[in-house]
Amino acid sequence: MQKAIDTSAICKRFGNTTALSNISFSVNESEVFGFIGPDGAGKTTLMRIITTLMLPDSGDINVLGKNCRTEFKELRKEIGYMPGRFSLYQDLSVEENLEFYATVFGTSVKENYDLIYDIYSHIEPFKKRLAGKLSGGMKQKLALSCALIHKPRLLVLDEPTTGVDAVSRSEFWDMLGKLRQYNITILVSTPYMDEAMRCDRVALIQNGNLLAIDTPGEVRNGYGRKLFSVKSADKYKLIIALRSLNETITSFPFGESVHVTFKNDRIPENLNSLLQNQGINDALTEETEAGIEDRFLELMQTAGPSFVKTTEGKAARQ
Amino acid sequence: MKRFLGFVRKEFIHIFRDYRTLFILFGIPVAEILIFGFAISMDIKNAGVAFLDLSHDEITHKLSDKIISSGFFRKTEDLLSYNDIDKVLKKGHTKAVIIFEEDFGRNLIREGKASLSIIADGSEPNTATLITNYTTAIVNDFNMGLAGTQVSSALKIIPEVKMFYNPNLQSHFMFVPGVITLILILICALMTSVTITREKEFGTMEVLLVSPLRPVQIILGKVTPYFILSFINVLLILALAWFVFGLPVKGSLVLLLAETMLYILMSLSLGILISTVSSTMQQAIFISLIGLLLPTILLSGFIFPIENMPSVYDYVSLIVPPRYFIVIIKNIMIKGTGLMYIWKETLILAAMTTVFIAISIRKFKIRLE
Amino acid sequence: MRKKVIEVENLVKRFGHFTANDNLTFEVYEGEIFGFLGANGAGKTTAIRILSGLSSPTSGKVKVAGFDSGKQAEKIKKNIGYMCQKFSLYEDLTVKENIMLYGGIYGLSRSQIAERTGILLDKLRFREYENKLISELPLGLRQKLSFSVAVLHEPKIVFLDEPTGGVDPITRRQFWEMIYETAASGITVFVTTHYMDEAEYCDRISIMNEGRIVALDTPGNLKKQYNVSSVEEVFIKIARPDASHPPAPSPGSG
Repeated sequence: MQKAIDTSAICKRFGNTTALSNISFSVNESEVFGFIGPDGAGKTTLMRIITTLMLPDSGDINVLGKNCRTEFKELRKEIGYMPGRFSLYQDLSVEENLEFYATVFGTSVKENYDLIYDIYSHIEPFKKRLAGKLSGGMKQKLALSCALIHKPRLLVLDEPTTGVDAVSRSEFWDMLGKLRQYNITILVSTPYMDEAMRCDRVALIQNGNLLAIDTPGEVRNGYGRKLFSVKSADKYKLIIALRSLNETITSFPFGESVHVTFKNDRIPENLNSLLQNQGINDALTEETEAGIEDRFLELMQTAGPSFVKTTEGKAARQ
Repeated sequence: MKRFLGFVRKEFIHIFRDYRTLFILFGIPVAEILIFGFAISMDIKNAGVAFLDLSHDEITHKLSDKIISSGFFRKTEDLLSYNDIDKVLKKGHTKAVIIFEEDFGRNLIREGKASLSIIADGSEPNTATLITNYTTAIVNDFNMGLAGTQVSSALKIIPEVKMFYNPNLQSHFMFVPGVITLILILICALMTSVTITREKEFGTMEVLLVSPLRPVQIILGKVTPYFILSFINVLLILALAWFVFGLPVKGSLVLLLAETMLYILMSLSLGILISTVSSTMQQAIFISLIGLLLPTILLSGFIFPIENMPSVYDYVSLIVPPRYFIVIIKNIMIKGTGLMYIWKETLILAAMTTVFIAISIRKFKIRLE
Repeated sequence: MRKKVIEVENLVKRFGHFTANDNLTFEVYEGEIFGFLGANGAGKTTAIRILSGLSSPTSGKVKVAGFDSGKQAEKIKKNIGYMCQKFSLYEDLTVKENIMLYGGIYGLSRSQIAERTGILLDKLRFREYENKLISELPLGLRQKLSFSVAVLHEPKIVFLDEPTGGVDPITRRQFWEMIYETAASGITVFVTTHYMDEAEYCDRISIMNEGRIVALDTPGNLKKQYNVSSVEEVFIKIARPDASHPPAPSPGSG
C-alpha cells in the first residue's frame, strides 16, 4: 500500500536551535494521524515541511507519492491546510471566506458541498456574519470547511483545537472521524494528550525528536511499570508523603489523584500506616491504567535529562 | 483566470469593507485638494482695495463708486502716487490697488478706450484671482452701461491685471500636481505593502502559498484593485481641479494619464518590495511613511523647491522617484509641454519601475522561512 | 468554618439587552483551588473582570478579599495576582528584572523584593538563570516563573488562565504541585480553562452556561452525579444537552 506521507531523517535548524532532528515516520492513506507534543516541540515546523511551506535542511520527504522539494506545485493542489491561527479573513463573511477558498483552488462550493455538509451546516445559519465575529468553535468549523472545499487527499491541521471549548473540541473530533469515509488522510497536531485517543495512530514529539509512533492503545501499553493512583483530600501532603517513602519511584499529581509507581510494581503492604504516620488518614490506593500523558512523561524521563528541560522552541514557530 | 478574478474580488471586499481604508483612498485626496484650494474662501466680501485715481473725473468717480457699492470691496485708502502701492499692499489690509490712468475720462471719450490697472497681492493667490475677476466683471458691466447711454458704442475700458510678489500665481496651480504625486505614492505603496503583510500576519498567506495560486497571481491580485482605484483617484483629482478651480490640463491629457500609469506602477512595485522585507503591518507602515512619504514631501520639490536645497539634499533627491514625476506632471499640466521635454524623467521612472518589479518578484517567497 | 475570600451573591451584569452574568451566586474559600469553567461566550470573562475589579456589576453583591468590587476596586487589585498563559513576563527583560518590576508594581519595598527574589530563585533552582533574558528560557521554566511572580506579593487570590496549556507533561505536573503548595499556604487559586483535564486537578469546579452557573461541586461528585468518568463528559452533558442543534452564536469571544 502506498504511504500518504513517507519521511526519512528530516532535520531542520533555525540558527542555533534544532527544531527537528532526524525525524522518520510514515503515514498510511486515509488514517487520522496525530502529532502529540507540547508547544515548541517542533510540530508546526514539521507540518510546514509536509505542506511544502518549508524545506528541511536534510532528509527526504514524499507526500502523496510526490517529492516535496521538486513536485511542490502539483502537491499543493492536493493538500488542505489549516494553520495554527485559523486562517480566515476576518472582514469577509462566512460565505465569502468559503467561496474565496473555493475559487482559489479552482472549484466551487456547490461541487464539494456533500463533503463539508456535516461541518458547514452548523455555521450555515450565520453565513452572512463576518468571520471575525464568530466564536472560537465556529471559526474552527469554518476554517475546516475552507480547508476541505477542494476535496484534498491530505488534510493537515495544525493545532485545530487550541483555544476552543470542550464541546466544540469534541464535535470537531467527531467530524474528523466522519471524514474517514472520503478516504482523506488527516494529519493533526495537538499539545493536548487526551486528544491522542481520537487518532488512529500517534507520534509523540518532544524537542524535535519523535519519542514513539504507534496506535494510542499501544503507546499506553508501552508504559513500563504498574501505575497506581492514590487519592486523599490533601493532595499536596500526599505527594510529599509518597515521595518520602523508600518504595516510591515516582509520584506526580494527576487530576483528582496522585499517580505513583512503586518498586516491585506492587502496593507496599504497610502503605496506609506509613501515610498515616505523616498525617494522611484517608488514602485510597488502586491500580490504574497509564494514560498517554503518563507514557509521554515516562518517555521524557528515560530519554534523559536533556528532554526534561524543554529547549527554546518558540523561535521555531515564528 | 477565474482564480485570479476571485482573488481580485476578495481584495475589493477588503477595501470596501474597511471604512478607514476607503477614507484614506478617497477622502484624503478630495480633502487635500479642497483644503489647498479653498485655503481662502471662494466668496470675497469687503475685500480691502485702494484707489490711485490719477484722473479724478466724473467717470472715474462713477466707476469707483460702482466698484465699492458692489459689496465685494471696501475702500481702504486713496493713494496719491505709484510709490504708495507697495507700501499699502504690504500693510496687508489692502488686497488690491485699482489705478485709473491720467486723463481717464478724456481718453475714453476722445479715443474710445481708457485703461484701468488692477494690481493684486499675489501672495494670496486665490483672493488675488477672485478680486481681479470680480473687478473685471464690474468694469465690463460698466462698459455695457456706457454702451447703452452713450452715443458711441465703441467706448471701452480695458482692465489690465498685474500681480505683485507672485507673478505666475504659482502655488495655486502647484498643489494639484503635488497632491497627485503624494496621494499615489501613499495609496499604492503603503496600501499594497500593508495588505500583503496583513495576510502574513493573520496566517492566511500560509494557506495561499499552499494553494495552486502562483506568486505572480497573488501579487497581481493584490495590485490590480489598487491600480484601478489609484487611477480613478487621479481622474477624480483632475476633475476636481477643473470643475472647482478651473484648472485645466494644458498639455496632452493622454500623455498625462500614461505617465501617471507609469508612476502608479512604480509605486505599486515599491509597495510589494516593502512587503517582502517586512513581516508585520506595523513594519510596513513604518517603512512606507519614513521611507516614502517623508522624502516625497520634503525632497520631491513639492513643497520646498529643489533649487533652494543644500546640494547634499539635491543629490539625495535624485533617488526619490516622486521628484521625477513632479517634473513630468508640472510640465504637462501647467506648462503644457510634450514628451520632448520630459523624456529623460520618464526614462528614469521606467527604469526604476523595472528594477523594483524585478527585485520584488525575486524576493517574493514561495515558501515560509 | 473556612474563611471565604470570594463571596458572590445574585451578581447580574448586563450589556444593553444582553445579560452576560445572570444571577450568579457562589463562594470560594481560603486556600481552595477553584475551577471556573464554561464554553466560549458563557460569561466567564465578564465574571472574572468583575472579580478582579476591572468592571463593576450591574447589580448584586461581590466581595473579593473582603472588598466590594466596584467600590473598592483598587484595594481588590492589590490583593490579587494574575497569570495567563499567553503573556505574563517581558521577554526582553532578564529574570531578575522581571521580578523587580512586578515587585515594584505591587508596592513591595526594596528589601522585601530582594528577600523574596532570593527565596523564589532558590525554590525554583533558578540561580543560574537569574541574569538570563526571558526569551532565552525554556517554555516550562517561563511558566513556573510567571506563576511565582504572580504570587510574589502574597495576594489573597491568584487568577490563572489556562495555566498549563501546551506545556510538556513533566512541567505540567510540577506546575500543579506548585499550585497545590501555594494553596496549602493559604492563597486561593482561581483557575479558568477550556481544558477539562486541568479541571480535574481543582478542589471544586463551577460550570457556566449562557450566563448562569449550572453546576458547582467537586469533580468527583459531579462525575458521580452525571454518571460519567471525566469532567469533560460532565461538561459536554451540561453545556450542550442537545448536541444535534447548532449552537447559538456567542456575542464576544467569551
